[in-house]
Amino acid sequence: MFNFKHAKKSIELIEAFLTLMDEGCLIFKDGVKNYLFGNRSSFEDNLKTLANIASEADIKKREIENILYTQSLMPELRADILKLLEELNNILELAKANLFEFDVEVPFIPSELNQDLTKLTELSVLSIDSLIPATRVFFRDPESVKEHLHRVYLYEKETDKLALSIKRRVFQDMPNIKLSEKIHLRYFTLHIELLSDKAQDAADVLSIMAIKRSI
Amino acid sequence: MQLLLIILSSGLFLGWLLGSKDTVNLFGSSVSSQMLDIRKAALIAGIFVVLGAVFHGSATTQTVHELGNVTDPMIAFLIALVAAMVVLLLIKIKLAVSTSQTVVGAILGWVVFSTGSLNLSRVSEFLVAWIMAPVAGIIISALLFILFRWTIRRSKIHMLQLDAWSRVGLIAGIALSAFGLGANNIGNIAGVFYHFSPDIQLSFGLFTVNGLQFLSLLGAVAITAGLVTYSYRAYSSPGKRDVLSLMPETAIVVLFSQAIVLFLFSSAWFRNLVTGSGIPWFQLVPVSSTQIVIGAVLGIGLVKGAREIDNRTLAGMGIGWITAPLSAGVLMYMLLFLLNRVFGLPLQREVPYLATPLADGPRTFNMIVPGLAVLTILVFTVFVYLIFRQQKARLKMEKDLLIQQNQLYHSQKAMYEMEMRTISVENEALNTKLNVKRKEFMDIALNINEQRLFLEKLSATVNDINNTTDGAKRSEMLNDMALYIKQRMSFSRETKEFYMRVEDIHKDFHLKLKSSYPNLTEFEKRLAGLLRLNLSTKEMAALLNISPKSVEVARYRLKKKLQLSKDQALHDFISNL
Repeated sequence: MFNFKHAKKSIELIEAFLTLMDEGCLIFKDGVKNYLFGNRSSFEDNLKTLANIASEADIKKREIENILYTQSLMPELRADILKLLEELNNILELAKANLFEFDVEVPFIPSELNQDLTKLTELSVLSIDSLIPATRVFFRDPESVKEHLHRVYLYEKETDKLALSIKRRVFQDMPNIKLSEKIHLRYFTLHIELLSDKAQDAADVLSIMAIKRSI
Repeated sequence: MQLLLIILSSGLFLGWLLGSKDTVNLFGSSVSSQMLDIRKAALIAGIFVVLGAVFHGSATTQTVHELGNVTDPMIAFLIALVAAMVVLLLIKIKLAVSTSQTVVGAILGWVVFSTGSLNLSRVSEFLVAWIMAPVAGIIISALLFILFRWTIRRSKIHMLQLDAWSRVGLIAGIALSAFGLGANNIGNIAGVFYHFSPDIQLSFGLFTVNGLQFLSLLGAVAITAGLVTYSYRAYSSPGKRDVLSLMPETAIVVLFSQAIVLFLFSSAWFRNLVTGSGIPWFQLVPVSSTQIVIGAVLGIGLVKGAREIDNRTLAGMGIGWITAPLSAGVLMYMLLFLLNRVFGLPLQREVPYLATPLADGPRTFNMIVPGLAVLTILVFTVFVYLIFRQQKARLKMEKDLLIQQNQLYHSQKAMYEMEMRTISVENEALNTKLNVKRKEFMDIALNINEQRLFLEKLSATVNDINNTTDGAKRSEMLNDMALYIKQRMSFSRETKEFYMRVEDIHKDFHLKLKSSYPNLTEFEKRLAGLLRLNLSTKEMAALLNISPKSVEVARYRLKKKLQLSKDQALHDFISNL
């Protein structure tokens, strides 16, 4: 009747889901680095691990969804909570898809771009890294979510700036590479950048939820 | 007894009205936030309204009784009836109305009529209580909310755990405020009938119920009936939920504030405690629970810095303080005036008591055995119901499982059937292939044999030629051999087989050719087949065993037969057919 047992189970699942998110980000960052520096076998390991993490996170998300609806937990907020989890899951799915694109399309990346692309990946992942503690805080102290979310917005902005500078450099300062390769590079830069955009979307959802939840 | 029931009927109706109007505050916000099931919430509210009325409702009943001191059964009947009518009327014209205020108004109408004067200090006590109730609601809810918010923020409890605790809080809040509502508002129903409470005492072993409590029990049952028959039903039907939509945490604070304020205005024990220490306290009068709820929501709004109640609601509440008692009082006075002056009914303040009390005190009934019997039956019924429900749930689960298994079985069966069909088609294809291969092997074997016989014959002929000395015969034998070899070179059987294969591969083409141009000869069909294979003239000549020139001529004839114009290329036509 009071659902203490299901509440406990849901809390554990949400924690596990966020831990998977955290791990997924680290693996993605490592995977891109391994690709850039030609460690193919490590990259393939990263790819497999990330695919497993994404599928596990998906299962966890479904379990949470199931408990929240069948046990009627958090009736006024569950739709928002599930939307937030969906957004977070989408980030993980996008990271997985990005690594698979590296694997399938094998883009040619000039070595002089390695450093910039590594930094871009780190910035993009940092925005997600800042989102995870904000989500954790939301469940316990919605009032202080904003204190965590400003980092997400900052890293997203920085990612956008760096992505723009990489694209400019590719198209204007690299006459030796073919146009098709330039377009390919733009495409991959965009995909890494998209991760931080998705993190920003999730941050927007979270900040609205925090306002709604504030008592 | 029948007379008592007739007298009480208007009171019971008033109770039903109160139950249908005010009890929605008890469970409305908990149910609208989907935190509790409406049936559970209504059940808890109903039980605690009865408990509050029976065990804690004497103080307000006494106050209402003292205001009018109604001893005439017809007056009691009329007061309750007028109050009920005014409540109905004001609800109809959508004005905020409190049952307590209408009942008090009707009693005052009677008092003015019978005595010709009004005890203003007594009336002011009621007025102060009515104004103080929502004010207390504001203060208590604001304080409770601050405390509640501080505790939640400090504890940093997980939202989902808080959700589970909120359900506990809501149930406790519903129970306490229902208890308070029963204790406070029963005065409205039982107050005017105070004199007619049966002179009995029911002993249940652990506790006893006197006549007044029995009367309160009837009133509480009427309130619960209002809750079940109107409030619950109106709330169950979608689109009719006309209550405040609150967050669960806010709803808990509102419920607890309501419970505390109702307790403050109905507990004689607490009043004695406070006045005993020299602090003045309010008169214990029935107050409006709806107005307390409005006050409580306003209090929370003040803390949050948001206004949750609009001016119209507040104005309506203010107007209600005047309109409800005034209209009830005027109506009562006019009714009494009409009855007394027009119909000449004798109406006086002091009349003998309806039921003459027995000289040796109230009659005591031992209710231990019947009470235990009722309790046992109740427990047994609940037990049977629970078992029945569990059984039903189990059966439903089993049925669902069976349906699921059945579906699984059917889908598996369909899948196996599909697999079987695929396998049989594959087997058929393999059989055909095997037959073709077998035939090919047979052909190869026959061919080898034929070749061997041909070569043996050739070898014998060569030997014969070697052994022949006659030049003319030798030359004849050589000519025969050359002719034999040339005949052999026509490869009639292989060629036939080749054409069969070509026809087999381009089955559609040959069918189309046959149906479109039925007058083509076998030779022309073969030529068309070779053209379809995109072979050169030389290759065709070799296969047809004719010269390239003859192939050219045959092509020309075929073109004519196919009725092609000069511009149309034969090869393109055949390829696109």
